[in-house]
Amino acid sequence: MDQKLSSDYILQVRGLKKTYGGIKALDGIFFELRKGEVHALMGENGAGKSTFMKILAGLEKLDSGEILLEGASYKPRGAYDALQKGISMIHQELLAVPELSVAENLFLGKEITGFWGKWIDNRAINEMAADRLKKLGISIPPETKMKSLSVAEMQMVEIAKALSNDARILIMDEPTSALSDREAERLFAIIEDLKSKGVGIIYISHKMDEIFRISDTVTVFRDGRFIDTRPAAELDQPALISLMVGRKLTGFFPENTSEKGAPIYTVRHLSRQNCFHDISFELHAGEILGISGLVGAGRTELARVLYGLDRADDGQALLHGEPMLPDSPRTAIRKGIAYVSEDRKLVGLITKMSVLENISLASLNQYATYSYIRKKDEQNAAGKLARHLRIKCSSLHQRVETLSGGNQQKVAIAKALLSKPKIIILDEPTRGIDIGAKAEIYHLVRQLASEGLGIILISSEMPEIIGLCDRVLVLSQGKQAALLNKSEATQEKIMYHSMPR
Amino acid sequence: MKKISLDHIGQYGIAIAFVLICVLLSILHPAFLTLSNLRVILTQVSINALLAFGVTFVIITGGIDLSLGSVLAVAGIAAAIFAHPDSYPLVVPLAAGIGTGILFGAFNGFVITKSKVPPFIVTLGTMTIARGLALIFSNGRPVSNLSDAFNFIGGGTIRGIPFPIVILVFTFIVCALLLGRTTWGRYMYAVGGNELAARASGINVNKVKMMVYTLCGGLAGIAGVLLTSRITTGQPNAGMGFELDAIAAAIIGGTSTSGGTGNMVGTLLGALLIGVISNGLDLMNVSSYYQLVIKGLIIVGAVVLDSVSKVR
Repeated sequence: MDQKLSSDYILQVRGLKKTYGGIKALDGIFFELRKGEVHALMGENGAGKSTFMKILAGLEKLDSGEILLEGASYKPRGAYDALQKGISMIHQELLAVPELSVAENLFLGKEITGFWGKWIDNRAINEMAADRLKKLGISIPPETKMKSLSVAEMQMVEIAKALSNDARILIMDEPTSALSDREAERLFAIIEDLKSKGVGIIYISHKMDEIFRISDTVTVFRDGRFIDTRPAAELDQPALISLMVGRKLTGFFPENTSEKGAPIYTVRHLSRQNCFHDISFELHAGEILGISGLVGAGRTELARVLYGLDRADDGQALLHGEPMLPDSPRTAIRKGIAYVSEDRKLVGLITKMSVLENISLASLNQYATYSYIRKKDEQNAAGKLARHLRIKCSSLHQRVETLSGGNQQKVAIAKALLSKPKIIILDEPTRGIDIGAKAEIYHLVRQLASEGLGIILISSEMPEIIGLCDRVLVLSQGKQAALLNKSEATQEKIMYHSMPR
Repeated sequence: MKKISLDHIGQYGIAIAFVLICVLLSILHPAFLTLSNLRVILTQVSINALLAFGVTFVIITGGIDLSLGSVLAVAGIAAAIFAHPDSYPLVVPLAAGIGTGILFGAFNGFVITKSKVPPFIVTLGTMTIARGLALIFSNGRPVSNLSDAFNFIGGGTIRGIPFPIVILVFTFIVCALLLGRTTWGRYMYAVGGNELAARASGINVNKVKMMVYTLCGGLAGIAGVLLTSRITTGQPNAGMGFELDAIAAAIIGGTSTSGGTGNMVGTLLGALLIGVISNGLDLMNVSSYYQLVIKGLIIVGAVVLDSVSKVR
């Protein structure tokens, strides 16, 4: 390769391979990053993006292939070594010490000690931290405790921390997933600034508009393989999607094929203090009812009450005319209400357990005689559902923590479905899921509705609400702001009703 | 279907370690690999193994039980009091001993589920209460003069097999099936793996916890009866520190203290390993003081191995 050309690149990756227990996570990856470039890394979940990032950040070792950092061979011995060499990663899950101050977090492991030896010089740390934050245009007092910050602010601190290591390469994994639009704008401004300083940025996001807005170059992985690298300006959304999924994606949202049946579930004047107030709606068999609203509008809180995770203070719910406010998820499941939580890892799944054990967990009694599990029956039932939902796993005994986000979500849905519910509440069912899996889940949801289930779909994604739902309940600050029919449910109208007043 | 995954390495590791140590000991000392010595080892191991089975259930749900040794003592005393010759039929001391264990276990479970105080603290308290009651019931003196029928439990043999070994095998099978093949076992893993998700899956988390502590107490009760019968005396000071050996056996056997993983085969191997090592050291006349140090090192080693295998 031409010497002059290659010196433009701070990072060159050639023929990278990585295998986990027989499964090829990465199979011959090529990747090149220039100085001052935002390079988006795209691919469906399970495409190998995370593994690639982990290798760069020194969290995993490569099997074969080579990585050159400014022309020199790069083999990090660990995360610390990677940091020392100028590669910083901002994790999806934030890793800060909540009880320490912003400044202390920024200088964690690099405390400045004063004249008296091991005493930490707090004033110096605070001054330097303030300076560093100011450079990034972040106005957080350095003495603030980390735990009192918003998620967005914590993220800003993480970025400041990454840069305080004099990072030459910054890896950002879904940095805007927890940010509001305004906060995201600030992040983009910071990214622009970093570009001008020559930092190379590897950017992972599922949000297409973001990719086209900030990235210069796009590289696509699929199934652990390198597909293509192209200037972002040459791509548009359909082209990018077809690169990612390897096929043209038609019919992103399914046709409404389900017949609206009789009302099966009625909620009347339901209230829970400080969460939501006076909510009433009816759900029909075969209907998808969307619940929309801003963060904090009370959507998840409402779902938790309907599922028996929390109690209502007032009001009632009727399932087939019978009073049905469950006192526990146990009762809810028995009466035919299932819930797929917005937080897969925290409430939805037991990630240490296998696919099989997770799917059958909520209906294990159906597959047991006097508590003794009939393993064959259990496996048949779970296996059938896993195939039906096309869960990608090496076997039913694979641990859920090793699956991609989309497949984890399918396991959570499979678990809910196996309990044979009449109503299923889906809370942000496509959060953190790639676009191909999203489409699959939309079709699945519609299919369930056409089989006669009543579906309550909580979502923050407007296209999802508009494209998939038959009616939309809009919540605003815990109050029922509107109940819109499909024809009325436009983005503008939903936004209008969502706004606090 | 059966694949060797990371999950199993810990288990194979301990099996390999166990075999190696047995080979080593039979080379070092001719008396080790004899039928009579194996009988001695298994008989000695039986009590720790029973406690370890119980605490495995508890640790899998993410809890801990420190009261085992004391519960064993008070259960042993309770049994001994009713076990004098020509007083009550054999079933009465058995019920008294095992029932006492169950009561203490249920008490632990009740306080832990109702108060949300960490199990570590609750069972630390129970440990002291049980020890105190053992001293009160026995007036601080050994309770001796027990019936022959009662003494058979710990000292008798069936076709040359010591009865404690029969109890050990039977209990092992029941515990392994309960944990591995029933809904209750599955729920225990679920509660230890992620309590919130377990609850959201319709599992009665408190009931599961209640169950494991009661089970653990009941097994300590059986162990108490067994020990009292074997030494033909109810000793109020029996079982000091036994809880630590039991926890050690579970951890050496691959049960993670963070909950959600572990199994009975591993725990049995862990208990056997501890038993074989102390037997070997006995044979070689190593002072019991040194034995403590060696045992401690093995426990630390096992935990380090466990965490290393988790990091990778």
